[in-house]
Amino acid sequence: MRKIKGLAFEYICIGATLTALFLLALLLWDAWDKGAGWLSWRFLDSFPSRFPEQAGIKSALWGSIWLMLLTALISIPLGVGAAIYLEEYADRTWLTRIIEINISNLAGVPSIVYGILGLALFVRWMMLGRSLLAGALTMALLILPIIIISSQEAIRAVPNSIREASYALGATKWQTVKFHVLPAAMPGVLTGNILALSRAMGEAAPLIMIGALTFIAFTPSSPLDPFTALPIQIFNWASRPKAEFQYLAAAGILVLLALLLAMNAAAIIIRNKYQKYIKW
Amino acid sequence: MNRLKILLILILAGVLLAGCVSKQPAGVQTTVQPTAPTEQPIKALSGTIKLDGSSTVFPISEAVGEEFQKLHPDVRITVGISGTGGGFKKFCAGETDISDASRPIKDSEKSLCANNSITYEEFKVAFDGLSVMVNPQNTWAETMTVAELKKIWEPNSTVKTWKDVRPNWPNEKIILVGADTDSGTFDYFTEAIVGKEKSSRSDYTASADDNMLVQAIAGEKNALGYFGYAYYVENPGKLKLIAIDGGKGPVLPSEQTILDGTYNPLSRPLFIYVKKESLNRPEVKEFAKYYLTTGKELVHQVGYVRMTDSVYEEGLSRLR
Repeated sequence: MRKIKGLAFEYICIGATLTALFLLALLLWDAWDKGAGWLSWRFLDSFPSRFPEQAGIKSALWGSIWLMLLTALISIPLGVGAAIYLEEYADRTWLTRIIEINISNLAGVPSIVYGILGLALFVRWMMLGRSLLAGALTMALLILPIIIISSQEAIRAVPNSIREASYALGATKWQTVKFHVLPAAMPGVLTGNILALSRAMGEAAPLIMIGALTFIAFTPSSPLDPFTALPIQIFNWASRPKAEFQYLAAAGILVLLALLLAMNAAAIIIRNKYQKYIKW
Repeated sequence: MNRLKILLILILAGVLLAGCVSKQPAGVQTTVQPTAPTEQPIKALSGTIKLDGSSTVFPISEAVGEEFQKLHPDVRITVGISGTGGGFKKFCAGETDISDASRPIKDSEKSLCANNSITYEEFKVAFDGLSVMVNPQNTWAETMTVAELKKIWEPNSTVKTWKDVRPNWPNEKIILVGADTDSGTFDYFTEAIVGKEKSSRSDYTASADDNMLVQAIAGEKNALGYFGYAYYVENPGKLKLIAIDGGKGPVLPSEQTILDGTYNPLSRPLFIYVKKESLNRPEVKEFAKYYLTTGKELVHQVGYVRMTDSVYEEGLSRLR
């Protein structure tokens, strides 16, 4: 009986995995089936148009790339800095515990809420308008909790003996963090950051909230320019009456997926590369 | 490390494939490129023109923006979709130059604009007409009243056969097709017929693709459906129009009845509101003029009905 139960559990788990994989495969196949025929260099290098044959994702692609770079610039220093403070400097008091609980809670707040905050704070109050910078700041807020938590975990995973050895040799706290803790935690920190950024890449709700635009036929040239992004362009095409736009949406999804895969691959490569140098 | 290699190869293969496959879809481009305006721009225009508002007007603004940017590559046009109300909020806060609207500005919005000393010009740009259609083999239905349509389309409707609508109609199952819930057509039809936006029965064949709806009605004797008048114009032989009785006798939709407003309640004018202050900028003024000249040629292309020329002339006269 014991064994049967164990076997049944195993099959349930296999079933769950297969269902998830099957649905994912179905989704991918559907996007590929509809969109692959529309992928071309022209598609990547054209602006949106009311003629599906002429429409492309140039402005959305560049908008997304700009957005990711700015978001990374804002969120990574802030997030990693906060993680270092919380792990290495802050005393374990009730205050830090409350802060940490709050950060964990923030990681679960729906993204649309960040959109509303971004609209009030960055677009209206700071008068940044519906610019790339406002979008990047909103996205940075959205992923900061994830960055802080994953960085904290990576820093926590560095054995205490490393720190103690460093202190024993007369190193200051700053030297210890700079030369030992951070390099050792780097693979984990970077992986967490890249995964957080790829989440931001696929978000549409907060951007729609702060009013990223739907039709834009130019690429941004400064952080204060208006912009559109891939998820928004896909959303717009998917909601259009003409059938061809559905195929364009599928093609857009493929491009977005390729970008996400590339970012995740970068995370894996970085982790593997750094891990080779760390031997305790 | 092996897994990583496989992953890399997969990505590379994907990129390569994406580069190779450039098969053009079979769809034939039937639309005609609009002709360039006769007057050439004297000097190069530049600047950014911000539009926002109704999703119904969006296709027109997008088309006009697209063509305008071909003529004036240095002008940057942005078009957002916030809905008519959301558009006016931004417009009256001074955030946009032009607001797309599928209804006239409300009094509350007027006072909001006045509070921020935003003055504006209103231009009618097109008519949005909806037609109710049946199969040409349908010999019984010629006219329908708004009340009958409401009975068919309201939520929890009990209408299952044509007989349920009018007792002397055949006892055959009525096959309903209509716009899906994402479309502005759906919002508009439900508001005009049922009386409340987005309130509709849900057991009908829905598609966001009006051409699919045309096919569905053309292939089914007992079908009844609704969509933009422009799609009827493109498929007159396959469909039969229903004259709508809004209280003053049945009226068939046509360019004429949509224009003069007798085709009621399924036609409405579409507007753009242009901030007066922005009209001092040459690029905005030129864009507004372009909207009322070349833009009117594009109206039909994106599925709406043109206004009479005098409406555009009157608008243009306010831009001089």
